[in-house]
Amino acid sequence: MSTRLASGGRLIDRTNPIHFTFNGKQLKGYAGDTLASALLGADQMLVGRSFKYHRPRGIVAAGPEEPNALVNLGDGAFFEPNQRTTVTPLRTGMEAASQNHWPSLDYDVGALNQLIGRALPAGFYYKTFIHPRPFWKHVFEPFIRQSAGLGKAPKDRDGDVYEHLYAFCDVLVVGGGVAGLQAALAAGASGLRVLVLEQWGHWGGRAPVDGAVIGGQSAEDWVKDALDRLDRMENVVLRAQCQASGVYDHGYVLATETVSGHTPGGATPRARLWRIRTKQIIAATGAIERPLSFYGNDVPGVILAGAVRDFVVNWGISPGDRTVVVTNNDDAYRTAICLREAGLAVPAVVDARPEATGALPEKARALGIRVLTGSAIAKVKGKKRVEGVALCLQLGEGAVTEEIACEAVAMSGGWSPVVHLWSHCGGKLVWDDALAMFRPDASRPPLGADGGAMVRTAGTANGVMDTPAVLADAAAAAADAVTAAGGQPADVTAAKAEDEPEAPILPVWIMPQGAGVAMRTKMWLDFQNDVKVSDVQLAAREGYESVEHTKRYTTLGMATDQGKLSNINGLAVLSQSLDKPIPQVGTTTFRPPYTPVPMGAIGGEARGDLFQPLRRTAIHDWHERNGATWEPVGHWRRPYCYLRSGESVHQAVEREVKNTRENVGMLDASTLGKVLVKGPDAGKFLDLIYTNMMSSLKPGRCRYGLICSENGFLMDDGVVARIDDETFLCHTTTGGAERIHAHMEEWLQTEWWDLKVYALNLTEQFAQIAVVGPKARKVLESLGGMDLSREALPFMAWSEGELGGFPVRVYRISFSGELSFELAVPANRGRELWDRLIKAGAEHGVMPYGTEAMHVLRAEKGYIMIGEESDGTIIPQDLGLDWAISKKKADYIGKRAQMRSHMTDPSRWKLVGLETVDGSVLPDGAYAVGQGRNENGQQNAIGRVTSTYHSPTLGRGIAMGLILNGPDRMGEVLEFTKIGGGVVTAKIVGQVFYDPEGEKLDA
Amino acid sequence: MRDFAETSGVRVEALPPAGMVTLRGDLSDPRLGDALNAVGLALPDRRRIAAGSAGSTVWMSPDELLVVCGEGEDRGLAARLSEALAGVHHLAAAVGDARVRFAIDGKGARIALAKIAPADMAAFEIGEVRRTRVAQVAAAFWMTGPDAFELVCFRSVADYAGKLLASAAGNVEGIALP
Repeated sequence: MSTRLASGGRLIDRTNPIHFTFNGKQLKGYAGDTLASALLGADQMLVGRSFKYHRPRGIVAAGPEEPNALVNLGDGAFFEPNQRTTVTPLRTGMEAASQNHWPSLDYDVGALNQLIGRALPAGFYYKTFIHPRPFWKHVFEPFIRQSAGLGKAPKDRDGDVYEHLYAFCDVLVVGGGVAGLQAALAAGASGLRVLVLEQWGHWGGRAPVDGAVIGGQSAEDWVKDALDRLDRMENVVLRAQCQASGVYDHGYVLATETVSGHTPGGATPRARLWRIRTKQIIAATGAIERPLSFYGNDVPGVILAGAVRDFVVNWGISPGDRTVVVTNNDDAYRTAICLREAGLAVPAVVDARPEATGALPEKARALGIRVLTGSAIAKVKGKKRVEGVALCLQLGEGAVTEEIACEAVAMSGGWSPVVHLWSHCGGKLVWDDALAMFRPDASRPPLGADGGAMVRTAGTANGVMDTPAVLADAAAAAADAVTAAGGQPADVTAAKAEDEPEAPILPVWIMPQGAGVAMRTKMWLDFQNDVKVSDVQLAAREGYESVEHTKRYTTLGMATDQGKLSNINGLAVLSQSLDKPIPQVGTTTFRPPYTPVPMGAIGGEARGDLFQPLRRTAIHDWHERNGATWEPVGHWRRPYCYLRSGESVHQAVEREVKNTRENVGMLDASTLGKVLVKGPDAGKFLDLIYTNMMSSLKPGRCRYGLICSENGFLMDDGVVARIDDETFLCHTTTGGAERIHAHMEEWLQTEWWDLKVYALNLTEQFAQIAVVGPKARKVLESLGGMDLSREALPFMAWSEGELGGFPVRVYRISFSGELSFELAVPANRGRELWDRLIKAGAEHGVMPYGTEAMHVLRAEKGYIMIGEESDGTIIPQDLGLDWAISKKKADYIGKRAQMRSHMTDPSRWKLVGLETVDGSVLPDGAYAVGQGRNENGQQNAIGRVTSTYHSPTLGRGIAMGLILNGPDRMGEVLEFTKIGGGVVTAKIVGQVFYDPEGEKLDA
Repeated sequence: MRDFAETSGVRVEALPPAGMVTLRGDLSDPRLGDALNAVGLALPDRRRIAAGSAGSTVWMSPDELLVVCGEGEDRGLAARLSEALAGVHHLAAAVGDARVRFAIDGKGARIALAKIAPADMAAFEIGEVRRTRVAQVAAAFWMTGPDAFELVCFRSVADYAGKLLASAAGNVEGIALP
């Protein structure tokens, strides 16, 4: 059993015990523990079940590469699934629960999948669940959904808070091991701005565990020293518990900091997403140990050799009284030595190499450890924990030569540099035969904006394995990075470390090499996704040659650990199966993030009140207090209607429409876009922007205009007022303000930069109030100060002055068909003017009206609405707006497109009015039914409804629609589809239902 | 390492309305600088703010300035600028009503802004201007003194900006920028 040693554990504080639960069981750890070390300390070897076969699984690693030991953590608002115990600091009261089993971790029904494992081979989804077709939806998918997945999905809103932080630096060092610290010292000495990120809460990486000696000091002391020196540098910032997860173009790096001292529910953020822009990146990210592929390498208690050392040295954990070490390299002997020095038994080191004569094996032998060369593990005995190993010859087929009882197996298949950050932006790798690893190819780095290397690797991440070389490599990488970042490298010599000679590794991808199929189906490559050696070999036999295809076919490396342990072993097995050298098979693509980033951290502060900005007009508060129900229009909230007590929304709209037609209504039109266009060439410019002529507009007058895209489609419409010779004010739709301003800027900056024109978005400078209805003039005249008579201010004119003491521009424009004035006032006085008008209008029966009444009013009048009659495929000609398209102009945006054959096709559907025969309201978007069926067997359509309302004024349903040859079919009755079947009949009529002569608006 | 927020205490305050003028024109044209001087304003360097007797001038882009003046003075100032620039292609318009202002100050103000604006706050200098965004809305800010900033954004999002700044101003201790 795994247990806590009586002494030791450089990271834990034995005076500070911490209580936590696992599956409801009370357990104890110490401050400084990870959840994984605390679980091992409490003999919790079995921590989860695998994804497919529900095999018992234990902790296999001691860092972010851990595939098995993922837990559900916390509950309610602080519940999180898939938390990696090996990187989760232990906290008081932590509630952890294992995943992927039912009914319990010890007795899991899903483990029956093992018995039918033969029916679940690689690609079993593709092979098994194809026929019969309906079974997928009703049988297979529900079953798979039930049994798949790791953690539970959180049900409650996340109770934690998160934030972002933007940081800039010259050199970013990722990794706070000895390589990272050496690089930081060298880069820091140059005076450049340096940021150093470390994934753990402690610094120094593996060196203190592995017993490196630097500058005559222990690695631990050297690290302490280095941190002191870095702390004193004003230009260097160190962040621990900050995991760099991705490198992106132009030196952009994302990192997630777990904010220390965080307690759930507190005001401090749980995580902070660093958004870093740097000139140079040094990835000193170390290396990850590879498992060996032998029968039963997934039994709880089989642990990576380096992780075993970590647990012993960092956390004072014994993985078991007796640990067998299995290896193909010298490094794993450090584990044997470390265990022995901790007073534990190492019955044997099983070394696949024919001989082991290096300094480390000799030291192990000197300690009395039995070294078995040319040997392999034939089988791990035990189900929920290791009980022993059976040994065999590595060169043989697995005949058992000996059995050894033990509680743990420490395995090492060699090390793979963590090249992720190097690779994210295109850094290439090279296969190093001597070291049996992919390492960064310095001649093909990821390139930055200047065309030079953007990322450098240092130390073990660069495939440099012994400490003296690591430090020299790091100092050199820092000097290069400083130079590339535009600095002057300081004269820093790398610290000197003691030599650590190692004999060469022997690449071993299957153990033993001649293992038969029965053994290979129990050799795990990907522990989390249950991919075995036999699965990759099957894929190769079935013709999968590309490593990317094999990955997807077998799901190798597609679990939440993204194949940190399995990818190299998997592709090596594939290369053997294909008889192709490893570099020719290559690796899969390394993509961000290196480790998972919490969704909450990505969202940052954008939640609750800050989820999305809401835009409020100057009159918003009044609407809110007066019964407004809201309609979102872009980020604005506009009143849809104003509810009075006892009224339905429909009744409110009817009342508002009628009152506007009979008395006077007021609309908050502040959200409409207002773009000021000024310059000697303003008229010429607007003639190009609008389809009709704007240069001929006289100052003091207004003109309705249309804006089309290059492809001729209608984008926006609105009224343009000419302010003076050089100045126009262009009104846009609410949603069009920013878009049309940007459209104008784009044309001015990219195509017509020679035109002397400036455009400025003034939308928010003015509150705009429409006073609409037969009594509108009376209301305004009661304020006094301006002559608003028909003669002084005719329809489509504007005038500026003081109205009741307010500086206003009054536009005589109408979107309702009524006598209408739109008052623009500086926004800070908007609310005051609104209140004044409401008061002045009281005796005339004034009522505010919302966007729905506005829609109904315009539809009664047959005015089009952008987004209703237009949808990005409509040209003005479709809407009968030919009158607003200049024939005289040589050009305008969209003109040539509108001359294309499809645009001039007479069979394009055209806008008409529609009146139901029975007076009902046509369904929105209904199709006009045509003869016959199309090639897809669908009913042919000859038109569709674009706007449809109940008209309070006419007391019946009215609509507009686009109909084939519509304008030529006046009076014809068509059938329209209804939701739920059946048809409604409607007559084609003119689209102007109200006051076709326009007497009202000209009053 | 430099710690910008050894102690917290970032204060966020909505400032009273001010007059503002957007001036667009060719900033390299000496006539533009002359016109600014003529109305009591100074031409700022790129990404800087310049003080004058009639107000401060904020550099917004190679062809745009934002003048901040007294409340109610912007329409008059815009008219005087246009007069002084008669015959020179330009656009001057009062925009004070379109914007709101906030003051952010106290130790840690740089950190508060670094949480929401993609700007290099560690290197920010007094008199420097950044036209950028804060979280999801457009904004510009400049440094008015040690650990003191003034920020402008559109009036429609004043509520969002105020809550955002208040949230960013919390928990600035212990955060260091390189």
